[in-house]
Amino acid sequence: MEAAAPLVIEARAIAKRFGHVTALRGVDLTLEPGEVLGVVGDNGAGKSTLMKVLSGLHQPSSGELLINGEAVRFGSPRDARQRGIEMVYQDLALAGNLRIDENILLGRERTRAIGPLRLVDHAANVALAKQHLDKLRIHVKSVSQRVEDLSGGQRQAVAIARATAFDAKVVIMDEPTAALAVREVRRVLDLIKDLKTHGIGVILISHRLDDIFYVCDRVMALFRGANFAEAPLGEVERDEVIGWIMGNKRQEDAPVGAGAN
Amino acid sequence: MTEAASPELAGELVDADQQSRRSIRLMAFFDRFGVLLLVLVMGALSYAAQPEVFLSSNNIANIFRQTAFLALLALGQFLVIVTAGIDLSVGSTLALAMMSAAVLSVAGVPWPILILTPFAVGTAVGLVNGLGLTKLHMPHPFIMTLGMLNIARGLTNLISGGVPISGLPAEVRWLGAGNLVLGGIEIPVSVIAVIVSFALAWLFLEHTRTGRHIYAIGGNPQAARVSGINVDRTLVIVYALCGLLAGFSGLLLAGRTGSGFPNAGIGAELDAISAVIIGGASFFGGRGTVLGVFAGVLVIGMMRNLLNLSNVQVFWQQVLIGVVIIAIVAFDVLRRRAAASS
Repeated sequence: MEAAAPLVIEARAIAKRFGHVTALRGVDLTLEPGEVLGVVGDNGAGKSTLMKVLSGLHQPSSGELLINGEAVRFGSPRDARQRGIEMVYQDLALAGNLRIDENILLGRERTRAIGPLRLVDHAANVALAKQHLDKLRIHVKSVSQRVEDLSGGQRQAVAIARATAFDAKVVIMDEPTAALAVREVRRVLDLIKDLKTHGIGVILISHRLDDIFYVCDRVMALFRGANFAEAPLGEVERDEVIGWIMGNKRQEDAPVGAGAN
Repeated sequence: MTEAASPELAGELVDADQQSRRSIRLMAFFDRFGVLLLVLVMGALSYAAQPEVFLSSNNIANIFRQTAFLALLALGQFLVIVTAGIDLSVGSTLALAMMSAAVLSVAGVPWPILILTPFAVGTAVGLVNGLGLTKLHMPHPFIMTLGMLNIARGLTNLISGGVPISGLPAEVRWLGAGNLVLGGIEIPVSVIAVIVSFALAWLFLEHTRTGRHIYAIGGNPQAARVSGINVDRTLVIVYALCGLLAGFSGLLLAGRTGSGFPNAGIGAELDAISAVIIGGASFFGGRGTVLGVFAGVLVIGMMRNLLNLSNVQVFWQQVLIGVVIIAIVAFDVLRRRAAASS
């Protein structure tokens, strides 16, 4: 199973307890390169906790995490990022007062030496940001615009560009369309589809089944901190997924976790 | 139903859009150049009121000399305010730095060490502020630096016995009181010190990674954190630099007055904050420029100068500065509202 296509992410039996509260009880998750995986579940099902484990923000209480087949332990989001796993936060985590290029390269600015000083190479950063935005076919009037002057969808695009600017293998997105105007949702979803063509895997948490059915290759449902069901998108109906979210399974013949490979 | 209403609605939206865009552009203009306009207006007013005196090189030099120490305090305060913080201790830090040098001078310490003392003392106070804020997880820098305002003032009185100490060596006084003759014009050394400090601060804020990270922290600390920026370390640097500049400011004031006095800088933190806010920095962090702070300091300096020249009662200065602060912040709020509603 592992030999055919190496999985970018394989999480095995991840559990996470906060004191007496068990948020995750042995969850499995797999992601292939360039795959878009939708994760659904009711509030408190453990989606966000699982994503925080994958992105290094939380450490699992037990269970194994493999990146490209190699066991890893993330101490912080920094560790995860070094392995090519990036998270786009629900609140976007952009600095509105800074320019687009500065946000895309925040914390990773290029510098050059001038005498004894190391100064930020603004021209190089602008060029890098432009190049990356072009690669993702994100159009902005100018990368020198402040992010606070952008629309919600443009901000989301900048956040995604930021997440993918440095060799990302996987981008985890938590409700990326929740705060967007209707006409902007499509643009962001198309951008997610574009990431696929660059071989970047995406894990998409969304309450909006429209989004899931538009971009995802596969959908998995969590229920009360455990795997509930999953299936390739072509093999599942909308109503069925709605049932999963509420903890109802009509077809008992699809065993959990076996559908994907 | 929505179908029928939509063309009209769309028209309204476009109008609103254009209008708000126009007002945003106007706001952006004021954001950038508003305070320079204010400097020009102050200059014009001063010239109109006192045509012979105001533009005399003596008077101009005086304005700069008198505001030099405030300029350095404001510059440090600005770094802190960009991170959405505040440093209430700069006035006390100034006094402690100045008194430390004066006390050591009486003890016969050689002048090169005396010159370095205010910098060292200021930086130490700033480091304590920064480390206290981040390591003790103070809910707000207001509290940490309010504590430090009292601590530093108390220490100042303890080391000096609460009395002024005069008789600083000429070398120590030179930065605050000396003049350089450049191209036939006498320029106060303190003014050059201020200009160099502001230029270095500009280079630091605009062209170093740490400088950009300071703005990022002011804009969205969460974004800075998840971007791998060490927010606590950056904040410690910022408060240390603010302390350093307060110490430098104490050195200039000691030079100008030729002594150390324990009541120096009482209330100066509020003048520094005023200058920063008048200069266009936002109290919410992430906004403002070094040039704006310079202009803010000039506005306060010119306003005092004008009122002094016109023999207006000193108390009116306070009233006017208060009015200007409120007017400017009200404007900042309006600007943010306009930006948010568009």
